[in-house]
Amino acid sequence: MNIRFRSRWWSFGFRSTIMLYFVLLIVLPIIGIYTQSFKLGWTPFWESISDPLAWKAVLLTLKLAIIATVINIFLGTMIGWVLIRYRFPGRRLLNSLVDLPFALPTAVGGLMILLLLGPNSLVGSIASGMGFDIVFHEPAIVVAMVFVTFPFVIRAVQPLLEEMDKSEEEAAYTLGASKSHTFFNVIFPSMLPGISSGAMLAFSRALAEFGAVVLVAGNIPGKTLIASVYIFGEIESDNPQGAAAVSVMLLTLSFLILWAVNLVQTRRLGK
Amino acid sequence: MKKVWIPLTYLVFIVLLIIPILKIFTGSWAEGWSGFIEALTRKQSLHALMMTGIIVVVVTVLNTIFGVMLALYLVRATWLGQRIKNLLNSLVDLPYAVSPVIGGLMIVLILGPSTALGAFFEDIGFKIVYALPGMILATLFVTFPLMVREVMPVLQEIGAQQEEAASTLGAYSWYTFWHVTWPSIRWGVIYGVVLTVARSLGEFGAVLVVSGNIMNKTQTATTLVYQDVENFNVVAANGVALVLAAFSVGLLLLMEWAKKRKEVH
Repeated sequence: MNIRFRSRWWSFGFRSTIMLYFVLLIVLPIIGIYTQSFKLGWTPFWESISDPLAWKAVLLTLKLAIIATVINIFLGTMIGWVLIRYRFPGRRLLNSLVDLPFALPTAVGGLMILLLLGPNSLVGSIASGMGFDIVFHEPAIVVAMVFVTFPFVIRAVQPLLEEMDKSEEEAAYTLGASKSHTFFNVIFPSMLPGISSGAMLAFSRALAEFGAVVLVAGNIPGKTLIASVYIFGEIESDNPQGAAAVSVMLLTLSFLILWAVNLVQTRRLGK
Repeated sequence: MKKVWIPLTYLVFIVLLIIPILKIFTGSWAEGWSGFIEALTRKQSLHALMMTGIIVVVVTVLNTIFGVMLALYLVRATWLGQRIKNLLNSLVDLPYAVSPVIGGLMIVLILGPSTALGAFFEDIGFKIVYALPGMILATLFVTFPLMVREVMPVLQEIGAQQEEAASTLGAYSWYTFWHVTWPSIRWGVIYGVVLTVARSLGEFGAVLVVSGNIMNKTQTATTLVYQDVENFNVVAANGVALVLAAFSVGLLLLMEWAKKRKEVH
């Protein structure tokens, strides 16, 4: 047999394997969950998501994820700025530490928060002495979300600051603009695409977070039960239909966010 | 202003990252060296660490091979239309948007014991859900985009000229890949491997749903930490968490090193 002919068949088989792997692993499960949740029609789907515990969990998740994202916007913008613009001892070390929450298993992150802020810890006992509960209440969930999504805004802002043209900023100063005026009118607008795409990624990650939250939230239905933990509970209590319905809600939201991030990024590159 | 921002940055890092890491280290020594050793040499700890090890190795190998090839196709293939490439390209990111718990649920819904496919596989003696294959599948799903996303930009940046020159001169495609493409994407791939290892080591939600978390059977290191915490066995949870955290810090150092090499080349 001719070598060229044989190698063509070989490469055809190879290509199909890669594409099949991709479709079976990524695309099929997502289609599967949408069809599963609508398999019995609209009514059961509607019943599952109109269960007060379900929508309370989704609303709580949204609320806490928004709080965590706002905190991360402030922290991330500041840290991104400091790490790029200033030179000080330990800068490189801090810069590599930024990725720690990505590298650390989320369950370990949850355990750390539990140890530091839990009822037996110093911070936890002081706070409860002042009548303020952290662990097994909303604040702990926000802390867990902030911890897990910490790198997103920083890593999205840094490249923009690095490639920013210093001459615009200098021109502003030369023309007599004050420091804060320059920051808000010259520097901030060019950081904005990074802040917004980083914030959206952080938000969608916070919506999806499970490992860190499940350990610290206490998971009281209707009070500290977030959506992903609710889904887990439904699976455990053998109600995959209800789990799939809430999943579809959460997934659709995440897909919209991802799509928006892509839109922001392609517009920036197209410019 | 500089005087305010730098200390503030230090403060955030110390409170949010450094103190928690130190706490894991001190926490696992709460009952001394023997408590730590005891936590780690429990039968379930050893088994869980072994399961995690198997998953990490299998997932990293598979996703490295398939991820690099898919990245090559998405950037280079002439047998795919631009539209299809764009569509596939945006599909790659889907696992990022999916909560790990939902990722696990998908596998249970499609391959669980009560589904047609799952029942079929169980009949021929190949259990997927609540067994190792399902856990590997879940981790493959979650870590899939990492390698593709590391390799694609490098391929786009280096352009196709060198490869075209090589194949014009008569080199076979394997030869072109190993001698022309590989040297330039090498550091991107290594970075992708480190990320994949880190993510599969720490995967929790998806694995918890798919595995059923059966002690000494389908329990991984992260799900063991979860179970220990639920059982109020915090010292034992700390011991296992310390091993995981030490690995993560090691991987973080590797990441820094790979990133530096990637920039040089």
